[in-house]
Amino acid sequence: MSNDRKIRVLVAKPGLDGHDRGAKVIARALRDAGMEVIYTGLRQTPEMIVNSALQEDVDVIGLSILSGAHNAIVPRVSAMLRERKIDDVLLVIGGIIPEQDFAAMKQAGVAGIFNPGTPMDEIVEFIRKNVKPRSIPA
Amino acid sequence: MADQTKKKVQGGIAETPITEVFEGRHPAQSEKDWAEQTLAPTLEKNPEKPVGAATGTNVDETGHARFTTISGMPIRRLYTQADLPQDWNYDQYLNYPGQPPYTRGIHATGYRGKLWTMRQFSGFASPEETNLRYKYLLSAGGGGLSVAFDLPTLMGYDSDHPASEGEVGKCGVAIDSLEDMEILFSGINLEKTTVSMTINSPASVLWAMYLVVAEKQGADWKKISGTTQNDILKEYIAQKEYIYPPAPSMRLVIDTFEFGSKFTPKFNTISISGYHIREAGSTALQELAFTIYDGVEYVEWARRRGLDVDEFGPRLSFFFNSHNDFFEEIAKFRASRKIWYRLMKDRFGAKSARTWLMRFHTQTAGVSLTAQQPMNNIARVAVQALAAVLGGTQSLHTDSFDEALALPTEEAARIALRTQQIIAYESGVSQTVDPLAGSYFVEKLTLDMEKGAFEYFDKLDAMGGMVKAIENGYPQKEIAEASYQFQRAVEAKEKVIVGSNDFVIEEKQPSTLYIGESVAVQQTAKLKALRARRNNDEVRRTLDALKHAAAQEPVVRADGQISDANTMPFIIDCVRAYTTVGEICEALRQVYGTYEEVSIT
Repeated sequence: MSNDRKIRVLVAKPGLDGHDRGAKVIARALRDAGMEVIYTGLRQTPEMIVNSALQEDVDVIGLSILSGAHNAIVPRVSAMLRERKIDDVLLVIGGIIPEQDFAAMKQAGVAGIFNPGTPMDEIVEFIRKNVKPRSIPA
Repeated sequence: MADQTKKKVQGGIAETPITEVFEGRHPAQSEKDWAEQTLAPTLEKNPEKPVGAATGTNVDETGHARFTTISGMPIRRLYTQADLPQDWNYDQYLNYPGQPPYTRGIHATGYRGKLWTMRQFSGFASPEETNLRYKYLLSAGGGGLSVAFDLPTLMGYDSDHPASEGEVGKCGVAIDSLEDMEILFSGINLEKTTVSMTINSPASVLWAMYLVVAEKQGADWKKISGTTQNDILKEYIAQKEYIYPPAPSMRLVIDTFEFGSKFTPKFNTISISGYHIREAGSTALQELAFTIYDGVEYVEWARRRGLDVDEFGPRLSFFFNSHNDFFEEIAKFRASRKIWYRLMKDRFGAKSARTWLMRFHTQTAGVSLTAQQPMNNIARVAVQALAAVLGGTQSLHTDSFDEALALPTEEAARIALRTQQIIAYESGVSQTVDPLAGSYFVEKLTLDMEKGAFEYFDKLDAMGGMVKAIENGYPQKEIAEASYQFQRAVEAKEKVIVGSNDFVIEEKQPSTLYIGESVAVQQTAKLKALRARRNNDEVRRTLDALKHAAAQEPVVRADGQISDANTMPFIIDCVRAYTTVGEICEALRQVYGTYEEVSIT
């Protein structure tokens, strides 16, 4: 039965930035690849993102950040995931992330970082390969 | 299976028949002869191949190679007189530069009397650091300034607000109060320097700060010139930095029109922007149509207030994107002037020639820049900048090659400016007015742009205007669809992006400008000191007065003075008392509430 379950992805846009072309394109690409995608809309706080992840029972959270606020936002999201005991969710980020922040992002629990120009297929493959099977609530 | 009889297929692409030369146009006998005697044998020997993969957008319904613009518009192999309307004539369709319909430009002498303004958009970290960059740009030959504000400023939050965490000084300069604005322009003469400010929802607040700084420098408001972007409609459509709902936002914009036409006759109170619409993934035509229709919506709202189109109309300015597809962009720019002229004259009955003129700023397409092999972007920017110049732009920002990775380093910013200077001083293209006029291809594309725009206008009129269309998600959906289709074409390599989906190499990221959290710490300390130092009773008094005015409906007065409830004078009073951006926007949030969009994916 769990084999039939589609991969569920929360595409979230935290911070004040409104550049949502990437988030929307990715949401649609993941949907076209057969995943269930929930797009949060703009200006989500870490609390809102983690709450949505819980409510929607997602396997993957994709954060889209272009503004440089990732150092403030990402560690907070992952800390809350641990707190709520859903840190088995696959956390990926896309946007503009300077190379010098990669290590800090990985340490904060980010599994994949996708900078501009990443093919959508690569992201789809990465998710399929790295997503952990999660228990299905009754 | 069914239709394999006649076509020879090469690499999945059927050989193009010459019949398309005859269809839907009116070729002369000589062109028909050319098609049969010269074209046909050439196609037989060397079949045409699309640039990019032979799938999707590069193949038409019948399996033939299709050539399209970056926006997906099909392009013919050859344009002749047969592609122009049969009644095409110079006087009616083009006319001379500086004369209606302005297709050939708004100045009779093009760039011979005055080059375009080289206006580099810049701002990062603290006002102190940005001030240094401005002085550098001006000393390097930049003709004007263009302020990039950080996200908290764009969203009307102070640097110490919880929502600002991690964002202060990152995408632009952090401005919290008049004090910061004084630092930003210290040592820069505002009567002599034209300044453009990319600020929208809090535009009136930052403009008020600018006016007070100018006044403190001893500058005459009647003489200062510059632009506030102040285009809230494209925020709802594309850029998404909105605060209040559409109706009160439009009212704030119209307040600036009314104020500006009385007190700052040389200042552009709005820059109606297609740039962000294009960056969000629209086609060239959508950029053109939605932007100009946004202009129509502003004029409608201003007229509803009772303002005279010939009074505020000349202060409306535009801002377009210049993308990779060279001729499509040039056609867009040329068409824009003609369309605006037709609308202002025929739809709004404007009588003054100054109202008919479309003046625009252009920025090269940030979205076209690649993070891979970033130096390649210098070439892209040069091509895009050249299109803007051949399209007759009034001012131009050229992007820096490292902008897909970070805010530009000083070196990257200098190369971007030098690119414009090479076009201006070495290429010779500025010596002749509208040099591409009369090109069958360019004129046909220009006419197609115009026609396509008016088709969109009919749809938008039928929806009840742009605010209604936005509330229904119409432009947002159109753009999201175009954006996805383009990305799909890129993924399928139907559209080639050099260095990104083709001609790829292994490489390291270059070093870029890095902005840490120290700006937030510094701005927070400045705010704390300011709040302790200023007269807080005066702050409260000015905020209460603003809230009172904001809650009233502005009514045009018969004596020519601005409406009693126009918010601009009240915002200026707040600013003089060193009330912060966040405090002023919070007061207006209390009156107007905030806007949440319906997400469309």
